[in-house]
Parts: sequence; C-alpha cells; structure tokens
Amino acid sequence: MTIVEKILALHSNKSSLRPGELVNAKVDLILGNDVTAPVAIKEFRKIGISKVFDKDKVALVPDHFTPNKDIQSAENSLMMRNFAKEMEITNYFEVGRVGIEHCLLPEKGLVAPGEIIIGADSHTCTYGALNAFATGVGSTDIAAAMATGYLWFRVPETIKIIYTGKLREWVSGKDLILYTIGQIGVDGALYKSIEFMGDTIKNLSIDSRMTMANMAIEAGAKCGLFDYDEKTEEYLKNRVTRNYVPVTSDSDAVYEKILKFDVSNLEPQVAFPHLPENTRAVQEAKNIKIDQAVIGSCTNGRMEDLRIAAKLLKGHKVHPDVRCIIFPGTQEIYKNALKEGLIEIFIDAGAAVSTPTCGPCLGGHMGVLAKGERAVSTTNRNFVGRMGHPESEVYLVNPAVATASAIVGYIVHPEEVLK
Amino acid sequence: MKLRGKVFKYGDNVDTDVIIPARYLNNPKPEALAQHCMEDIDKNFVKEVKKGDIIVAGKNFGSGSSREHAPLAIKAAGISCVIAESFARIFYRNAINIGLPILISKEASQNIENGAIVEIDLSTGLIIDLNANKEYKAEPYPEFLQEIIEAGGLIEKIKREVS
Ligand code: SF4
Repeated sequence: MTIVEKILALHSNKSSLRPGELVNAKVDLILGNDVTAPVAIKEFRKIGISKVFDKDKVALVPDHFTPNKDIQSAENSLMMRNFAKEMEITNYFEVGRVGIEHCLLPEKGLVAPGEIIIGADSHTCTYGALNAFATGVGSTDIAAAMATGYLWFRVPETIKIIYTGKLREWVSGKDLILYTIGQIGVDGALYKSIEFMGDTIKNLSIDSRMTMANMAIEAGAKCGLFDYDEKTEEYLKNRVTRNYVPVTSDSDAVYEKILKFDVSNLEPQVAFPHLPENTRAVQEAKNIKIDQAVIGSCTNGRMEDLRIAAKLLKGHKVHPDVRCIIFPGTQEIYKNALKEGLIEIFIDAGAAVSTPTCGPCLGGHMGVLAKGERAVSTTNRNFVGRMGHPESEVYLVNPAVATASAIVGYIVHPEEVLK
Repeated sequence: MKLRGKVFKYGDNVDTDVIIPARYLNNPKPEALAQHCMEDIDKNFVKEVKKGDIIVAGKNFGSGSSREHAPLAIKAAGISCVIAESFARIFYRNAINIGLPILISKEASQNIENGAIVEIDLSTGLIIDLNANKEYKAEPYPEFLQEIIEAGGLIEKIKREVS
C-alpha cells in the first residue's frame, strides 16, 4: 500500500484498502478558522448534541480576517470564541498568540506522522510534510467530525514524483512545487495523493517541504506526502510528546503514475496570472513592473523564508514605487526573526512588517490591490481577484524572487541584487 | 427529482474565489453571498439567474479554497444543479454535504450551450437539452454518497445516527 492507503486503513480498521473505496475513518485533529468555523458551528448546532467528541482534538484558529478588519468579521470571531469557551476547546488561539493556521499547528506539536488531520481550509494538506494524512474539507464536514470523531473519505490514487539533482542557489521548495504544477496542471492530481520522493527531497528542509505540501492542492491533490526522516524527527523533537508511528509506502505499492524530474538546472519559477500552472523561469518574466511585494503566508512565512528575505534586503532599500509587506507565520517565528535581527533589517529597508494574519493573501485586508495593480507574492494562489480588484494581478514566486523584485521594482532573478 | 432551467455556461477551472470572492466572506449568510455569486467573471449572473437555473461548466469546477460559501452562494442564488466535466474535490464534498445537486458528464459539459433550456432527472442522472434535443447520462453516485443525498445532507444523516 501507499502512505495514504496505509494511514486510512489504520484509521478505519481495515487490513488493506484500494483506491476508489469509500471509508469512514477516525480523525486525530479537526481544524477550523474564522471564515469556516462559524458556518461549521451553525451546522454542528443542528445535530443537537452538547459537546464536541473530544475537546483536545479540535483546533480553532482565528487567522483570516484578524485582528478583525470590520464589524462583521469581529462577530464571526466572537461566535467562534464563544463556541471554544462553551466546548472548552483546548486548542483555541487568541489574537496575540495566534498564527497562520498551517504554520501554527505543526509548531504547536498538533501534527504527528501517521495521523489524520482534517481542516475546513484547503491548505490543510501542508501537514503532509510531516508524514501525516492531512486534507482540506468543508465546514459541514468538520461539523460532522466534531460531533462524531469520524469522516468519510474516498481512498485516492497515488502519484509518486521523484526529484533528482542538487538545487541551484536561490531555488527552493517553492520552485519545485510551482514547476511541478506547471508540468501537470491545476487538475493534474485531482482527487489524488502525491508522494514527493527522491534525493532532492531528502536534502530539503522541513520549511521547504511544508511549502510543497501546502501547494499540492494547487494541482487538485487531496494530499501531498513526504517520508519521515531525521529532519522530521528533529523538527518534532520538543514539539510532539505523544507516541506516533511513521508510515512508509510498501515496496510493492501500486501507483497510478510515477513522474521523474531532474531539477539540477531548475531556475526560480514565476506563476503568471491567473493560474498557478502558468509557470515560467524567472528570466522569462521581462519588464514586469510591480506595485506590491508580499512575503509570508502559510506557503512561505517561516524562518527559512524570512532569512532569505533578510539576506537580500540587508543593505538595500525597497524600491520607492513598491510596497513590501512581510508577514511572519506565527508569533514564535516573529520573535525568532526579531532575535536574529531580521525585523530590523526589514524596517531599515522600508518594508512593512505585520502581525501574523492571512491578510493580503486572500485579499482580505492589510494589502489589498487596486484596479490594475500588480503584486509579486510568495503565497499560493493568483486567481482573478485573489488579492483585491478583479483587474489586479498576482505573480507567485519564492521569497528570494519576491524580495529581489521589491528592491528593483521589476520581477528579477535574485542574482541581479546579490551577485 | 426533476429539475428544469436555463443554462449559464462557463469554462474550465472556475475557482471558488470567483464563485464568491473572499471580500464577501465576512458575511456567511447564504442570501448575502448569493448577491455576489460569480460577479468577478460574470456581472450579469446575479441579475439574470432565476430559481431552477443550471450551471454547466468545464473541468475542475470549484477549485481553490475550501469555502463552503461557494456552493452555498450558488444554491442560494437559485441554481438547481451544476453539471461539469469534473469537480475539484472539496467543492464536490461540500456540494454533496449541503445538498446542492452536481452531475459529472463530459459530453453534456462540452455540448450544452449557454442559454439552453435543460431538464434533469436526478434519480436517473438523465440530462435532456431541450434546445438541441439531445440526451446525456451523468455518472451515478456511489452508494455511500447516495445515502447522504437521500438523507438531505451530511448533518441530517448524522442526526439520525446519533439520535
Ligand atoms: S495564508 Fe492564505 S492560503 Fe494560507 S490559510 Fe491564510 S488565506 Fe489561506
């Protein structure tokens, strides 16, 4: 069996499973945010039971429109806060302690290998980086799971992607995943599980693996999974204290497809509007003037990303015509960046640094684009209107390209700034 | 159940950000969401849609965010069924869970034209294009999902199980 087949089998008391089967599986953690939880809470109330199935296995994270941007979003947050109190939810994170959900839950040790995590947020697949089966579902799904501890799943087919070769300087997990989506398309893995394998992946940091797993959904995938190794072990040390069992694919596992990418010559990628599959090498992005550069989000708001941004911004200034907005993913990341002196570099360079929030990533607040404006962004979606006006544009890039572009005012290769 | 309505036709990869832009997510009431449904790709949709009308789209309908607000907005706008060549997986679950009928048919998706009047028999999956006088057959639902649909959505099903 493949990783996902094994995890689903273990959680539904089956000795084996095949793609296409529908199972009712036990879940280990259920996530909701300030956009999706209010809808879920209403549905939960309809069931007519007074408690969630396990108060330690629900995480409620107000990160989208927080600190609340308007009255309506404040009402939604309030509803979620009251529900958390009433249900005595252990893992409710208030503003000031909150972070972007997919940066926060792994950091808090709420994700472990072999577990099933569902979230009413499509980027829940991020936790595949830690060898967990994690997938985005809807609000009604989490309402049902909060009541019963179970949810229905279709066992997905698995695509294995093997990456080989040493990455060039300025090329990261973001480029691997953008390149992959460019190759297979935004529905290239629809309903499927992806296993990211190969020597390139073995050498990849956990932060970069999270970036890749995060965008598996941008190829339509149900989940994007990585093997457990020393890097995973190191990350989980001091975070996860409960027992967990890592899961690997059997040698005779059946894959729908096996793809191989030699990435030793891969250049930093740019996904042009309005689909993440419109990828090209950064050198092909010529004369694209930008108004805003966004560095952060659940895709690229971790320490590795901020360190790259600081490396480029040190001694440089953000271009006078550009607003550069930097979003650390969590308070812990923010604090570490402060300790390492990164925040000072950002402020000296003329960048705005924000408290952790989804903010501009979904065109919510804190950096919405006007008509005709253009942004480079380390986020994961460049759909029509994603970051603001329907006639604005978003180019998806890695943190190095975003930062270099913020300095030059055009989309550029980071070498242009640091030779 | 029989449905009948006028077709609003869209292409591939209609994502949840255009079905209901994030700027409107701060009010989750279905009627409020319905007022902005599809507005970033089709300004006339909300003005013209009538109860019972049908959306026909291409591949990967409902891709992107997990927002259940997307099928809720479509349903509250009056749409009785969405037919597509394929659906993004979270949208598919959400639609089933909230009771928005969706059908998968490549032929119907490719051939039915904007503005056509279409009749659908949900129990058999039969789609009839009354303008072109053509019939299509949608893929049947797996039994497990049929149970959710028959119960009237996932919450109704669970209510029966816990009581
Ligand atoms: S940062 Fe963006 S993609 Fe990530 S959870 Fe927030 S809105 Fe979604």
